[in-house]
Amino acid sequence: MSALLTPANEAELAETVADAAASHTRLRIRGGGTRSVIGQAIETDTTLSTDRLTGITLYEPGSLNMVVRAGTPLDEVTSALATENQHLAFEPMDHRGLLGSNGTPTVGGMVAAAISGPRRLAVGACRDHLLGVRFVNGRGEVLKNGGRVMKNVTGLDLAKLMCGAYGTLGILTEVSLKTLPRPETACTLAFPGLTVAQATDLFCAALGTPYEVSGAAWQNGTAYLRLEGFDLQVRNRATQLQARFRDLDSDRIEGAGHAALWRDIRDLTAFQGRDDTLWRLSLKPTDAAPLTSHLHDRLGAEASLDWGGGLIWLSVPAHHADPAPVIRDALAPYGGHATLIRAPEDLRRSTPVFQPQAPALARISEGLRARFDPDHILNPGLMG
Amino acid sequence: MSTIAMPAPDASILSRKDQIVAALAEAIGAEDVISDPVETRAYECDALTAYRCPPLAVTLPRTTEGVAAVMRVCHQMGVPVVPRGAGTSLAGGALPTADSVILGTARLRDVLEVDYPNRFIRVQTGVTNLSVSAHVDADGFFYAPDPSSQLACAIAGNIAMNSGGAHCLKYGVTTNNLLGVRMVLADGEIVELGGAQMEAGGLDLLGLICGSEGQLAVVTEATLRILPKPEGARPVMIGYDSAEVAGQCVADIIKSGLLPVAIEYMDRPCIEVVENFAHAGYPICEALLIVEVEGSEAEIEDQLGKITAIAQSLDPVEMRVSESLEESAAIWKGRKSAFGAMGQVNDYMCLDGTVPVSALPRTLRGIGDLAAEHGLRVANVFHAGDGNMHPLILYNANTAGDLERAEALGAEILRLCVEMGGCLTGEHGVGIEKRDLMGNQFSESDLEMQMQVKDVFDPNWRLNPTKVFPLPASETRRNRA
Ligand SMILES: Cc1cc2nc3c(=O)[nH]c(=O)nc-3n(C[C@H](O)[C@H](O)[C@H](O)COP(=O)(O)OP(=O)(O)OC[C@H]3O[C@@H](n4cnc5c(N)ncnc54)[C@H](O)[C@@H]3O)c2cc1C
Ligand SMILES: Cc1cc2nc3c(=O)[nH]c(=O)nc-3n(C[C@H](O)[C@H](O)[C@H](O)COP(=O)(O)OP(=O)(O)OC[C@H]3O[C@@H](n4cnc5c(N)ncnc54)[C@H](O)[C@@H]3O)c2cc1C
Repeated sequence: MSALLTPANEAELAETVADAAASHTRLRIRGGGTRSVIGQAIETDTTLSTDRLTGITLYEPGSLNMVVRAGTPLDEVTSALATENQHLAFEPMDHRGLLGSNGTPTVGGMVAAAISGPRRLAVGACRDHLLGVRFVNGRGEVLKNGGRVMKNVTGLDLAKLMCGAYGTLGILTEVSLKTLPRPETACTLAFPGLTVAQATDLFCAALGTPYEVSGAAWQNGTAYLRLEGFDLQVRNRATQLQARFRDLDSDRIEGAGHAALWRDIRDLTAFQGRDDTLWRLSLKPTDAAPLTSHLHDRLGAEASLDWGGGLIWLSVPAHHADPAPVIRDALAPYGGHATLIRAPEDLRRSTPVFQPQAPALARISEGLRARFDPDHILNPGLMG
Repeated sequence: MSTIAMPAPDASILSRKDQIVAALAEAIGAEDVISDPVETRAYECDALTAYRCPPLAVTLPRTTEGVAAVMRVCHQMGVPVVPRGAGTSLAGGALPTADSVILGTARLRDVLEVDYPNRFIRVQTGVTNLSVSAHVDADGFFYAPDPSSQLACAIAGNIAMNSGGAHCLKYGVTTNNLLGVRMVLADGEIVELGGAQMEAGGLDLLGLICGSEGQLAVVTEATLRILPKPEGARPVMIGYDSAEVAGQCVADIIKSGLLPVAIEYMDRPCIEVVENFAHAGYPICEALLIVEVEGSEAEIEDQLGKITAIAQSLDPVEMRVSESLEESAAIWKGRKSAFGAMGQVNDYMCLDGTVPVSALPRTLRGIGDLAAEHGLRVANVFHAGDGNMHPLILYNANTAGDLERAEALGAEILRLCVEMGGCLTGEHGVGIEKRDLMGNQFSESDLEMQMQVKDVFDPNWRLNPTKVFPLPASETRRNRA
């Protein structure tokens, strides 16, 4: 028997969770259902949806701040921001194409899964733009942390902890986000015909200049450097960078196709609709070349890079039953980590989706979960 | 004389002083342990000098392993530990208790690794904030968070207080520039979080550690993000005859899409003192803004043009764009000497509340009203771009009762900040100073949840136990220890 719980507001949600805790009912927390396959499979029949916790409660463009209920569709937020020429600068990716999921991504899901995109390189991640949270912990208590301001060191920063906890520490009911003005103009330099090693060399050099590159990605042999800002600034900097890298061929991409190019990079259009397994690797940019070349030799894996080489998306052909040990062994000397993003259900059940942690960290994480959710009812097992 | 209470020291610890000192000396060597009451006096306070208490002993280990050894001794012998960087905290975060051991980072001074291609530096946390930037300066890089205390304060304290600075409007505060730490838990276990890569896996424990005021672990090494230096920077100074209009100007600049590196604000009482002291050529008016932008000469010109157009439409009493390095230095000189200048003419208490930028004018008015009610003067100098206010309450330390009155006014101003949608502290931390006001911002369950987080890291409440949480709220836990 499966149940779908849809509390109408925060108070009702708190009651629902308290009841679930009393009866030891495990809850699968659902925002929009678009990133559902990220994480370890959850064994339960009861889903708690934030569908009805919607609405923007406060938006002050002059304070660069929006407060919004967790179940609000991201589209609604984006449109409201657009009317004031603002945006969420960390450029959260849309997983629908990649994961073949339907539904509408919610703000709560975005924060819970700590979703960022290419501009993370220049402006920080989702967590850096999360100013405050309201949430219900596993005891059914309504709690808050952080607030509406960018500088805040009042008490322990539990908002950071909630971002990327995938709902395992609490169910977000409202989040407060930093909003930023959209750049006036953008321009991208495309450098075709580069290997991973050449691309990361280019990225490291370009990101060492004062030109504030706001995107540095590599796909299918082409490296892209994005510049954003005021017209004069962007033109100036594009000229400077082309002069500096004049030994490489480069094209300027501007105007109509520009937004689409970065949407494709952000949402990994190139890797959509495949039956491979997809991994997300985080490591130092200068380690990207040796690692991807090793994994290409061992697994026939295909890579694309973002964040100047600090983020590798790795597509592994489906015939490898479980590439996790090879990938994680290869990563070990570099101190990076790998997350399984897309895989058949049986692989998600049999292999650790998240990078296994050092024992001390695993113990601390376990201790925190036991305090926030003593009955282990919130997305139990999702983070391992 | 003062109003912030500290619990009585544990007599059983005081009576075991000799054994404890001996065990510490055995763990890290006698030369790195201070127990002479004359010498421990140097550690009796931080920059909140109204509160003083020499510790039982001071330890100054030279390695992470040394820190772990101290922690193990204190764990086994049941002694509280107060971590200390440079002791510039304005919140009493590094204030000892008589039964505590200070764990200082003063001898953890090495730069461990500099990596320009991947843009990070790894240091021991006793290095000063400024020395990090200085270390990479010649190669065209800098470390962005720049508290005004940067010559003295240590990265250790910056991480513990999540420190900011004048440039954090654009570059963020410490938490946005911290990639990883090595730290020691209360029982002496060494743990690493994050590293040179941009993201750490699992729960964001690094985000939790930053700003945790020495409550969770002792941080011994840090990996920090470094950035290429901008080509140039130049400020414009804008004066208005009303706080409202100046607030409007700040909001309009921010909304326009310009991202100045700094928007600093001074009010009339502050301008008068500073002008008298630094002769920066400031107009005497109700509100003075210093707005700085970065880039190439042409970019700066372009952005300053946009800013002056916005400012002009609000009818300033004076506006001066810096045209040279000398002029820029003069404009900044006044701002940078504000605290010092104020200290010359008056004792003052520096607050650190933050409000949403839109609430700045209302908050300033509210502060003025409260000050009048309390019969005290308040000068304001702060980071307006992010709403981080620093009201300076002027008082006379030699007048009986004045400090208490100043503290009472301070508490009301901070409550006002919370009412305005802001918080008690933007960058100085809670320490002992705002400990008893936490109930204004958090519910009992909010605080209980935070204390449970401390329980996970420090089950016996040995790390800086008398800070951050109101004493009555933490009493059971502290006594259990
Ligand atoms: C019939 C059916 C069967 C399913 N079977 C399974 C199954 O066996 N195993 C499985 O893993 N999934 C299963 N799912 C998918 C399941 O709905 C999602 O795993 C889960 O609901 C995650 O939400 P999401 O991805 O829709 O939310 P998103 O909005 O995409 O959120 C992403 C992540 O954040 C969490 N989250 C979302 N909103 C919040 C919030 N407000 N506060 C805190 N955390 C939040 C989510 O739990 C998820 O981990 C099933 C779905 C259906 C309809
Ligand atoms: C004149 C002046 C100007 C200032 N300007 C600014 C400013 O612009 N911006 C700003 O943010 N602050 C400012 N401050 C406040 C202060 O400088 C900062 O809070 C600074 O980060 C403290 O660093 P410290 O090394 O002196 O730390 P300390 O004062 O020694 O300690 C601060 C806190 O950190 C904890 N701590 C120290 N070391 C460790 C460790 N290794 N592990 C864990 N916890 C530890 C301590 O227990 C304490 O709670 C100013 C202070 C002064 C006096």
